[in-house]
Amino acid sequence: MAAVDDLKFQEFDDAANLLAANPDATTISIDEPAAVPKNQHGRLQEPGREEDDELLGTDDSDKTELLAGQKKSAPFWTFEYYQTFFDVDTYQVLDRIKGSVFPVPGKNFVRLYIRSNPDLYGPFWICATLVFTIAVSGNLSNFFIHLGQPTYHYVPEFRKVSIAATTIYAYAWLVPLALWGFLVWRNSKVMNIVSYSFLEIVCVYGYSLFIYIPTAILWIIPQNVVRWVLVMFSLCLSGSVLVMTFWPAVRDDNRRIALATVGTIVLLHALLAVGCLAYFFDAPELDFSAPISPDHNGTTVIIES
Amino acid sequence: FAGLADVSISEDIPVEGEITVPVGSRSPDEDYSTLDEPVRDTIMRDLKAVGKKFVHVMYPKKSSALLRDWDLWGPLVLCVSLALMLQGGSADSKDDGGPQFAEVFVIIWFGAVVITLNSKLLGGTISFFQSLCVLGYCILPLTVAMLVCRLVLLAGSGTISFIVRLIVVVAMFGWSTLASTAFLADSQPPNRKALVVYPIFLFYFVISWMILTFTPQ
Repeated sequence: MAAVDDLKFQEFDDAANLLAANPDATTISIDEPAAVPKNQHGRLQEPGREEDDELLGTDDSDKTELLAGQKKSAPFWTFEYYQTFFDVDTYQVLDRIKGSVFPVPGKNFVRLYIRSNPDLYGPFWICATLVFTIAVSGNLSNFFIHLGQPTYHYVPEFRKVSIAATTIYAYAWLVPLALWGFLVWRNSKVMNIVSYSFLEIVCVYGYSLFIYIPTAILWIIPQNVVRWVLVMFSLCLSGSVLVMTFWPAVRDDNRRIALATVGTIVLLHALLAVGCLAYFFDAPELDFSAPISPDHNGTTVIIES
Repeated sequence: FAGLADVSISEDIPVEGEITVPVGSRSPDEDYSTLDEPVRDTIMRDLKAVGKKFVHVMYPKKSSALLRDWDLWGPLVLCVSLALMLQGGSADSKDDGGPQFAEVFVIIWFGAVVITLNSKLLGGTISFFQSLCVLGYCILPLTVAMLVCRLVLLAGSGTISFIVRLIVVVAMFGWSTLASTAFLADSQPPNRKALVVYPIFLFYFVISWMILTFTPQ
């Protein structure tokens, strides 16, 4: 009978214990890579590209870069393939949302937060939340604006939900598709250091829509000035994230094309905000603000709003 | 394995015996043929299972009834009754009214499927139909809220009725979300629980909104 012990799986001790037992054994230690590849396409680094490093965000430790090559190996007809797009934890999603709202000057959103792990959870659920937020806020805002009028009868306006859904999901998926196609086409003509995959672009666009959720809630306030200030503010924040993400990708191109691309990105973003504001939110009543004149009898002029 | 070579089956030992599996003590569930029982028994058994799950939803504690013995009768009944009560909200024109029957139906089932897919994609261990079952059954508090709202609206539709409806809907919304979270949260990986709970919150919020904004003709 063979020795049963030979067949047992041998447990391996801690590295420290093993080393203590056999101090002369060769050891290999795998640390964080000290020399992180400065650009991911392995081309020669030109001296004038230091700002690229900052934008690429390689100053931070890149542990996940080691694993980047091992992802997404399942064939596309299996369920596991799609699970790789949802491989995020709660804190990662929160970090990405934070990164889309507070643009850090000089840091690229994709390199800093996504790092070869684009997820579809954020874009999908942020878009869903935005759809319902806009529909509900628009309904509420219209209700409050028309509240005093005797002829007003409240309607839930449910059809607008499907319109909102179509618009927002089309924006979040078709614009990245167009942008990705455009970047791939330009990439074949002009060698760019930075190029993004389709999912990374979808990811950036999805997370950049997050700022519109609190904006939509605040649009309930029935003041035109407040609404437009909110539009400008949110546009600046998320627009700057988009610009800082895509500027390195088109910078090497013809100057006019680069500017036109970035300009179109911002313009479409603004169009979405303005379009939603115009369609879902009725204009607040005109306020006739008559100047308050100091009346002798103490009566005051009522400002109608 | 040197020792095994010595073992051999002697020709003297006859090999005989019975191959049939002995039927021991008959437990009442096996061999139970449901073809011969009266129809009433069949229906009552399913109804009792559904009713038991309703009770589990209203008093959510850890129970395996909803998860292990899932069924979709309860969600179907709840969904249909909720959609029937919600349809035909007031509309000046056809476009501005409340959701129609088909819209409510699709929202509930499509929403539940999307949430289930979401939780499975995030690495949840619950099965597809178990999750659908839980989400469907946890609509029960909201259906109760709809019933209460319709009764309150029969009495009048002023501010007081609105406040009453608001309180009822908010309470039932909280109950639904907590009940479904209690059943579903354990099957999720620990650092992604919030990612799974949030869509459930959104789903019940949308249904609550539809209930709250229902205005009769």
